[in-house]
Amino acid sequence: MAQAIAFYFIAACILGFAVLVVSTKDTVHSVLFLVLDFLFVAALYVLLGAEFLAAIQILVYAGGIVVLYLFVVMLVNLKRPPEAHSDPHRRTMLGFLLAGAVLVEVGAIAIYGFSQPAMVPVPGAAMPVTGNTAQIGWLLYTSYLIPFEIASMLLLVAMIGAIVLAKREL
Amino acid sequence: MIDTLVIPLLKIVIVLNATLVAVTYMVLLERKVIAWAQSRLGPMRVGPYGILQPVADAIKLMIKEDITPVRADKWVFTAAPIISMVPALIVYAVIPFGPEVRLFGRQVTLYITDINVGLLFIVSVASVGVYGIILAGYASNSKYPLLASLRASAQLISYEVAVTLTLVSVIMMAGSLSMVSIVRAQESQRMWYAFAQPLAFAIFFIGGLAETNRAPFDMPEAEQELTGGFHTEYSGMRFALFFLAEYANMIVVSSVATTLFLGGWLRPFPNVAFLSFLDFVPSWTWFLLKSFFFLYVFIWIRATLPRYRYDQLMRLGWKVLIPLAIANLVVTGIVKVMLL
Amino acid sequence: MFDTNELVLNMGPQHPSTHGVLRVILRLDGEKVVDADVVIGYLHRGIEKLSENRNWTQIILLTDRMDYVAAATNNVGYCETVEKLMSIEVPRRAKYVRTILCELQRIASHCLWVGTHAMDIGAMTVFLYAFRERELILDLFEEFCGARLTYNSMRIGGLPLDIPPGWDKKVLEFCAIMDAKIDEYEELLTHNRIWLERTKGIGVISGPAAVALGLSGPPLRGSGVPRDVRKDEPYAAYDEMQFDVPVGTAGDTYDRYLVRMEEFRQSLRIVRQATEGLPEGPIVGKVPRLIKPPAGETYHAIESPKGELGYFIVSDGKSTNPYRFRVRPPSFCNLQGLRTLCKGHLVADVVALIGSLDVVLGEVDR
Repeated sequence: MAQAIAFYFIAACILGFAVLVVSTKDTVHSVLFLVLDFLFVAALYVLLGAEFLAAIQILVYAGGIVVLYLFVVMLVNLKRPPEAHSDPHRRTMLGFLLAGAVLVEVGAIAIYGFSQPAMVPVPGAAMPVTGNTAQIGWLLYTSYLIPFEIASMLLLVAMIGAIVLAKREL
Repeated sequence: MIDTLVIPLLKIVIVLNATLVAVTYMVLLERKVIAWAQSRLGPMRVGPYGILQPVADAIKLMIKEDITPVRADKWVFTAAPIISMVPALIVYAVIPFGPEVRLFGRQVTLYITDINVGLLFIVSVASVGVYGIILAGYASNSKYPLLASLRASAQLISYEVAVTLTLVSVIMMAGSLSMVSIVRAQESQRMWYAFAQPLAFAIFFIGGLAETNRAPFDMPEAEQELTGGFHTEYSGMRFALFFLAEYANMIVVSSVATTLFLGGWLRPFPNVAFLSFLDFVPSWTWFLLKSFFFLYVFIWIRATLPRYRYDQLMRLGWKVLIPLAIANLVVTGIVKVMLL
Repeated sequence: MFDTNELVLNMGPQHPSTHGVLRVILRLDGEKVVDADVVIGYLHRGIEKLSENRNWTQIILLTDRMDYVAAATNNVGYCETVEKLMSIEVPRRAKYVRTILCELQRIASHCLWVGTHAMDIGAMTVFLYAFRERELILDLFEEFCGARLTYNSMRIGGLPLDIPPGWDKKVLEFCAIMDAKIDEYEELLTHNRIWLERTKGIGVISGPAAVALGLSGPPLRGSGVPRDVRKDEPYAAYDEMQFDVPVGTAGDTYDRYLVRMEEFRQSLRIVRQATEGLPEGPIVGKVPRLIKPPAGETYHAIESPKGELGYFIVSDGKSTNPYRFRVRPPSFCNLQGLRTLCKGHLVADVVALIGSLDVVLGEVDR
């Protein structure tokens, strides 16, 4: 019962802040609402019993990625004021078009997902370690080793790219 | 009901109050220690030997005029010092001051809670503290505080990487992320991790200095800097909150260092029966003594060392500390595998 | 790809680290200094013009206020210039006492320099330690002439008062204390990793460039040019003293720091020799009642703690006031080097460089 109340409250907050993210005029406020969103998502993870994911969510998303967003937004805000759009109706029409496309895509995925047999999650008993963190580590390094390595390669490439772009003389 | 609700609430109240009082008295401690290092006496007038100086400071700051810059973002301007302060206080939820003791007929644990990802919780909450600095600079609506705050936050997130890597070595040795388990592991492995992982200890401490913007890494807030730092536009209680947040972060770093590296609440040589006469000192006293030692070293370093230039500071973090921390991690991993 | 334009930053006259009211307008490219425009004049009091309306003895008061950190050296320089013009013979005892006072001033001035320089770079404790020793010197001066900062302690032809009894013993006691204290400052700074990183390679200037800019004193000697007025053109009792002149090699801030630290020790050496060998005799020479130098002009320079302090006086032989009184302040000439030194360094180094040049605005602006 308490779980249900907590879930609905957190979900309402997440949705509310998400709406504020897109509707607020000030970019920095938008980013800050995004941070709040992520914090509530972390709370959702705690409700589900995935405390490792919750902590990582805060550490990586709220504490790293959004900080980067904030840097960029603040520095860009510094230089120029936003330009007025030439045709407001065009923007609204484009928005509806894009939203419709995304809706169709999400709907397709949902229908496809429901029509497939459910994927059986790896039972916790099958792994030789217990505890949230240890099980994620075990899976990551056994069943999902290749995606893990590819992800780290991707990060390395991104880092090198950033350095190359930012350096004045190479 | 009492065990699940009342006792934790009581603990929270006690810990929060103790922390806030400690943070305000840190101001006095710093002034006194630095003064004594500089052959002078420090605050002596307010109260005997200046004991009531923090009270005078708090009153002074609270009755100051509340100035907000005209075109500053009011909500963010007010929120920034709070965002700086709150994470430092939240971290106290998982710091263990002592093991289970018998109090008034019940078994009471001397920590508010022990979550099994305690250390990760601390790191993630601390990383949210960066927002306070960024938003302070932004909300001041002025070029120089903004640039200064970006530099300060860049410093913070760079050293966070080095510190987190050292924490991973400790986790590897203890085999768990929970703070209480780490202390118990030090007890069972018969060695404080400061001796088992000296390099990690050193990097953690240096990183802690940089994380809390303390000398020698305090270029972003030094008075001799041309730009006034991210808190230029703040006055009165908001300004005080920033500095209290800095001291609170210092205490957090000291507490975490104590728990991870100096054995937390354990007395020296907990397995040596010969020294069991030391057991009359309660466990939380050991914890407090060790934390105070770290705080003293923080202040001592501020009184002694000159400060690094910003680029030298960043170079130290990225080119020296992070490779060393990674090397330490690799060596720890190899040794652990060989010993198993 | 990105349009970087230069930022103009004003390091205003009110600033904790400019050692006075100095204004530096910096043009920055990111964090690097592209150009540094030094604006002075905020402390101009018209000393040179004022002296045209004062008689020769009254000007001694005004000279105090130029380099207020080392006032007695200003006095000595001025008095010696007038004595040169009037060909007055100063008795040996007066010369020795002048030497002692000048060297004590050098130590006091360097104490202030090391304290403020270290504090600008962040080592705030050295400031307190250095001022503690400076207090001892100021106490000695107070006993001698009654003032702590602006002494008016010389007269044309000698000194106004003889040293009080027991003063020379106190000076020797002070020397004994000071030796250990210099080691204390060195321990905190000279081999400190952070200090080395902040000062080595910062503000390098080569010997010939330094000479071309007109630098003098430790900035010149730090670049390898062994010019010291006390050795090259001895005045007061310096020709009878044994001392070395420290000369640097690299011409960076660290070398200037080392030069001044060694000058501490050499000054103590001179003070000891002068105090122990203090001759008896009159304290003031044969000076006419009314000081009226013959018509003519002369220039005389001494080695003040900041560099070569020169006085150029023109007398018209008829009035009791100088016709023209001109000072060559070492800080003014050294400050001209700031622009060259700053180029290419970061903003945080500008503060270190101003401290390394050891400027006193009273002297720069007069």
